[in-house]
Amino acid sequence: MNGIKVKRLFRRTAMLALAAVAVLYCIFPFYYALLTSLKSGSALFEVTYWPTSFSLGNYRAVFTEQPFGRNILNSLLVSTAVVFLSLAVGVLAAYALGRVRFLGRRPMLLLILATSMFPQVAVLSGMFELVRFFGLYNQLAGLCLTYLLLTMPFTIWVLTTFMRELPMELEEAARLDGAGLWLMLRRILLPLAMPAMVTTGLLAFIMAWNEFLFALTFTVTNDKRTVPVAIAMLGGASEHELPWGNIMAASVVVTVPLIVLVLIFQGRIVSGLTQGAVKG
Amino acid sequence: MAASIQRTRIRDAWLCLLPTCLVLLTVALWPLVRTVVMGFTDASLADPGDAHFIGLRNYLHREAQGWSGVLADPDWWRAVANTLVFAGISVAIESLLGLGIALLLNARLPLRALLRAAVLIPWAIPTVVSAKLWAWLLNEQFGMVNDVLLRLGLIAEPLSWTGSPRLAMASVIAVDVWKATPFVALLLLAALQGVPKECLEAARLDGAGRFLRFRRIVLPFIAAPLAVAVVFRLLDALRVFDVVYVLTANNVHTMTMSIYARLNLVDFLDAGYGSAVSTLLMLLIGLITIAYVRLSGLRL
Repeated sequence: MNGIKVKRLFRRTAMLALAAVAVLYCIFPFYYALLTSLKSGSALFEVTYWPTSFSLGNYRAVFTEQPFGRNILNSLLVSTAVVFLSLAVGVLAAYALGRVRFLGRRPMLLLILATSMFPQVAVLSGMFELVRFFGLYNQLAGLCLTYLLLTMPFTIWVLTTFMRELPMELEEAARLDGAGLWLMLRRILLPLAMPAMVTTGLLAFIMAWNEFLFALTFTVTNDKRTVPVAIAMLGGASEHELPWGNIMAASVVVTVPLIVLVLIFQGRIVSGLTQGAVKG
Repeated sequence: MAASIQRTRIRDAWLCLLPTCLVLLTVALWPLVRTVVMGFTDASLADPGDAHFIGLRNYLHREAQGWSGVLADPDWWRAVANTLVFAGISVAIESLLGLGIALLLNARLPLRALLRAAVLIPWAIPTVVSAKLWAWLLNEQFGMVNDVLLRLGLIAEPLSWTGSPRLAMASVIAVDVWKATPFVALLLLAALQGVPKECLEAARLDGAGRFLRFRRIVLPFIAAPLAVAVVFRLLDALRVFDVVYVLTANNVHTMTMSIYARLNLVDFLDAGYGSAVSTLLMLLIGLITIAYVRLSGLRL
């Protein structure tokens, strides 16, 4: 009897230790970046595991040596625009795909799923041509346009699974009362879909905020770059003189808001992610 | 009455799909078709208007000195091999580690809430940033990883993690594992929470051990979600670009198919050749995905 108790205690302790290691593994790189970003001078190149100095020099440098503020604004503008566009287009499509049975519904869903899965590079040259054709090369609007390829299929997919689960009666009652499509959408479905739209929008925002390949390819000047490209391009005089303090400061600046958002919306994000994937 | 409502609803449905169709045509179908078409031309990115049809020359062409074209380029095949190694190893580790973390999250541990919040951090961090964080940790001279290994006496001198041919791929995989495991863990956690408690309890009363219960009840139950998570990860890993680009740039030892495609397309301005590469890449990924879905018996 006692043996079993000891065994259970041992197993529980082992699992706790594993969980602690997992937490450390997830958090440590970010913690270390934070430590580095607060160091200055030669202290940057000494490995320490606890805070030793508190200098905001790197943060100041990031914002004064290059248009990093501008880069953040660019990312914010592009991501916000993309989220609203995707949601507007997506909620309409989700209504059609989630609530109406019609010929062509399944092919349409499959087409959207396929689009959400194919590799970005596969359309890179065609996209380049498209961006140039619209005169949007090195323009934020060009990024908004191309990002729709990434966020829209995902948005439609998640919102469709949500719409499918709303009760049918409300819609039928509105229809019988003679309400047209817009009235019914605006008064009935949209309010109900709001929570799902917030979650989906948040995930789409993170997708757009983190995008790298298109931003790297379709913008050239520093003042048009988004945050990921700006961070990737932060360089010194040579490859061996990377300004690590600045890079870590920039990383912390763009990551902290995301972490805060994610922690606030934890539950919703997890359910949104699983809906987007598992119900596929 | 009902029939006319149904007709109206179908008409409305197509009306609602109109913007989606328009966007998909513009940003998906058109660029895709143009990419495939450009692959058969000598288009240059500097002046894409001046392109001539050259047949399969970008793919394979016999010249006086031998074969030319993507299919005859050893660098392309090296990129294919690198991508397959990267995708195979990283997805395998992510699935196992993800399952482990999901099991920890599913157990009623005191640290549970903290762990759930912590796993979301690598997931939320932009890939470029995670690559930079790790580039710093893995830095040859000043990095924390070498410092720890030196102190523990596991290595005699600092290792060049991202620079050496042997370690570069391992480093790229390590960063991808850190970034992507949480996604797998969260998907599997959702599946684990759906495992019927009664079954587990009944099996326990029948004397089935922990391992047997896991293998016979939990594993079959989460097999399908696991397969879905693997498809998602596999698709992501096969088209990997950011991590590799930031961590090891155009290093041939880690060059993946996407890096190779963009290098030719953008850096060498060879839109025709680059498009041919893109088309091949898409075909390959499509084939691998179809093969995987067939083999795993997944129903989408």
